[in-house]
Amino acid sequence: MAHPIATATPAAPAITPISVKAILPWAVFFGILLMALIYFVGAEQGATSLISGEDVHEWVHDGRHLLGFPCH
Amino acid sequence: MNSATVRSLLVRGMLAGLGAGLLALVVAYLLGEPRVDAAIAYEDAHSAGEPAMEIVSRTLQSTAGLATGVLIYGVSLGGIAALAYCFALGRVGRFSPRATAALLSGVALVAVYVVPFLKYPANPPSVGDPETIGKRTTLYFLMMALSVLLAVAAVIVGKRLAPRLGTWYATVVAVLGFAVAVGLAYAFLPAVNEVPEDFSATLLWQFRLAALAIQLTLWTSFGLLFGHLAERLLNPKPVTSAVRETSSDPAPETAASAS
Repeated sequence: MAHPIATATPAAPAITPISVKAILPWAVFFGILLMALIYFVGAEQGATSLISGEDVHEWVHDGRHLLGFPCH
Repeated sequence: MNSATVRSLLVRGMLAGLGAGLLALVVAYLLGEPRVDAAIAYEDAHSAGEPAMEIVSRTLQSTAGLATGVLIYGVSLGGIAALAYCFALGRVGRFSPRATAALLSGVALVAVYVVPFLKYPANPPSVGDPETIGKRTTLYFLMMALSVLLAVAAVIVGKRLAPRLGTWYATVVAVLGFAVAVGLAYAFLPAVNEVPEDFSATLLWQFRLAALAIQLTLWTSFGLLFGHLAERLLNPKPVTSAVRETSSDPAPETAASAS
């Protein structure tokens, strides 16, 4: 109790890190899946089109502008 | 601390991202939409001849369409942030689960949004030449990827330097290194300025501020919501939190007051 720092440290005991081996399968699979979702919100039917037409672009149009992606 | 923990954190990250996305949606609707409408009014007044055909009505675009975009963005980034959190937890320093979440959200706001935004800011409709959409999209995603990679590199370098320089100066050096590298990227990547001559400077400023406010809301509320959930998952014992939980459910209120 003599030092303010000493009272602050015990509140945050060292946390054992999660092993990289346990994280990796989740990170790869969901990383790709979630980035694909962001692609559909941010860029599909703009610079590149996987689906023909402009329906996706027009539907997320306002979100794309306001989230900072180049839109058209 | 195993695969099940990763799954639990991922699910909580996506839920927190959904909650944060809902708050960001409110900000986007209230602050952003009036500026989008004003920019479209400018576009219609200046386009020669035929007004653009509407595939999706403005009403739908500004409500359901906006919600789709912002919520998917929130859930996706929430999930990705949770995966990054799994790596960061216990590795970045002696921080509690909650503090690690707050720290990660702050870094993510800067690396994922603010750094790319300062070089290639958000633009309202009618700003930007449709001919250059390919180039602008490439540059924007390149800047975002570069910024995230540099931030990760800065964290790793800072961690390596810590035993020699101490935590404080290692952090200072890492942040300075990040700033210099970002500055170099800004200097060497091409500029994009496609604002029409007579486009309202006030409107452009207000639109960009609104875009920034959306991200600030998203990441602040994500940090608080996810931090709360992660702390409860990883550190379930503390007596104080049990007292707080019975008095009121703090999750939505905490986030709302922060935005």
